[in-house]
Amino acid sequence: MNRIDEKFKELKAKKKKAFIAFITAGYPDLKTTKELVLSFARVGVDIIELGVPFSDPLADGPTIQTASYKALQKGITLEKILKLVAEIREISQIPIVLMSYYNPIFYYGEKRFVECAKKCGVDGVIIPDLPPEEAKNLIVTAKKNDFSTVFFLSPTTKKPRIKNIVNASSGFIYFVSVSGVTGVRNQFSSSIKGKIIAVKKITKKPICIGFGISTPQQVKTMSQISDGVIVGSAIVSEILKHEGRKDLVRKVSFFVSQLTSELS
Amino acid sequence: MLSNKNGRFGQFGGRFVPETLMSLLEDLEKVYFSLKKDKKFHAELDFYLKEFAGRPTNLYHAKRLSAYYKTLKIYLKREDLLHTGAHKINNTLGQILVAKRMGKARIIAETGAGQHGVATAAVAALFGLKCEVYMGEEDMKRQALNVYRMQLFGAKVIPVTSGSKTLKDAMNEAIRDWVTNVHNTFYLIGSVAGPHPYPTMVRDFQSVIGQEARAQFLKKEKSLPDYVLACVGGGSNAMGIFHAFYNDKKVKFIGVEAAGHGLNTQQHSASLHKGHLGVLHGSKSQVLQTSNGQIKLAYSIAAGLDYPGVGPEHSFYKESGRAQYVAVTDKEAVSALKLLSKVEGIIPAMESAHALSYLEKLAKKVKDKASVIVCLSGRGDKDMETIKNFI
Repeated sequence: MNRIDEKFKELKAKKKKAFIAFITAGYPDLKTTKELVLSFARVGVDIIELGVPFSDPLADGPTIQTASYKALQKGITLEKILKLVAEIREISQIPIVLMSYYNPIFYYGEKRFVECAKKCGVDGVIIPDLPPEEAKNLIVTAKKNDFSTVFFLSPTTKKPRIKNIVNASSGFIYFVSVSGVTGVRNQFSSSIKGKIIAVKKITKKPICIGFGISTPQQVKTMSQISDGVIVGSAIVSEILKHEGRKDLVRKVSFFVSQLTSELS
Repeated sequence: MLSNKNGRFGQFGGRFVPETLMSLLEDLEKVYFSLKKDKKFHAELDFYLKEFAGRPTNLYHAKRLSAYYKTLKIYLKREDLLHTGAHKINNTLGQILVAKRMGKARIIAETGAGQHGVATAAVAALFGLKCEVYMGEEDMKRQALNVYRMQLFGAKVIPVTSGSKTLKDAMNEAIRDWVTNVHNTFYLIGSVAGPHPYPTMVRDFQSVIGQEARAQFLKKEKSLPDYVLACVGGGSNAMGIFHAFYNDKKVKFIGVEAAGHGLNTQQHSASLHKGHLGVLHGSKSQVLQTSNGQIKLAYSIAAGLDYPGVGPEHSFYKESGRAQYVAVTDKEAVSALKLLSKVEGIIPAMESAHALSYLEKLAKKVKDKASVIVCLSGRGDKDMETIKNFI
């Protein structure tokens, strides 16, 4: 049982939902990322999702693309991010999952990645362009290392695939709220609830909803029908807004606290 | 036929896309493989290839070019004579018929130089489907005439301002659109790249080039050629001409990549020479990337070769030794373009000129006499500005 599993166990006992905050690692710089993570832990964030910047983020909307691009300009690499997590671990035990496109991990070596990440204190990985069919080796290595592999369910996922995705997932299952890329949305389909209930029938693994969630009201609604919510673009957008300002960490943390307070 | 279970060519290929696209790709695979056996579908495609695109294309004996090189008997497969000016139309006609069968009302495509965009816009006009083409802002400036051609066909050209503002980013943007509008949109990919079943499907639609060339050569020479040459960016014209000769083990394949300013510079597009195994735009293949797994920018004077990846089946051909891959520089390709224009009265596309350029080295390499087919994948009209400005 790693930190993610323990967190969900703890939340379940308290009958609470998880708040997962995404930020792009290394944007605006590694020091700020570290401060944000530590600060988020104090304002009700349960799990941190750290984005590994990639040159071709094809599942991301403009906000995360921009943050990713700026981080790369500063020379952020997977290795530097792993080192950052190791530093954070000296202070905090908040569960951390990396979000990375497949190529940087593949090039680094899947086995080497899982082992190094685990050693540095990372608890799992989310890879938006790696479906379970192509992830067999990764899953085997991850299992051996008690390292979570989070896979996606989408509104377009058909029944026969659902079971495979559920089986391949550990830590939690990432339920994509809308067909599309990451980014703030005003409206969500009313069919999400029914779909989650259907998946709940075949698994006890936690299901968290992400993509497009940006307001306290949306956090409230979505956390009512799931085990947790993931907010990314809305937070990164706040960081972009306050880039270069001394009170960035305080301002962004305040924004996040408004979201976490609405969790059901 | 080359085996490609699960969309794999050896260790290459596969399907690396967001979950939202997975069910659609499974559907597309099912539809495509059933249409592959459907006589009516092939009859319809053949009709449009003949009546709209202008197939079959000639296999032309380039006598003066052969005389120039002395040791080679050179035939040109004249894809440059096709409607819209290049081999791209073979694939866009095939895919738009698949899109129609799937009931998709909207077509999207990516384009670099604009040739695939033009070929897509033309077939969308032909069938009255809505068409939107993603094109890097930089490429739109460089290829303004092709932008205008697409617009005349009624397509909307969407400028891509993210990343490097070229083909790679246009493809990212097209995939983002596709994920968002997956229910009504068909993504018409222009090369033997992308997630399964695209590399197989595009190869099949382009394989008409090799089927014709093989039959034409047999008729003229009562034998098979010693060499088949084609340029390789993503690699669709090369795969299209190679495929029909796959089992003719005596026929040697040579794929010519773009060495740009030189293989030892950072300005080239030679993924098979300088790339590493990686995953880009949905499939595993050789990719130009940094030691941190970030995708590098490619460069070539030929916009159609300017791509940091290459079709997975080419990586497989290279690994298995079925094809040999070489690279020629901008300068060598421009010389070849000028030579063919002068001695044969044919202006090749800058891309195809890369294949022609390798004839010089090949002519010195062959012992006695050898016969060769060069895939003349497109015409050079679009490149006049580029040539004029080349120093």
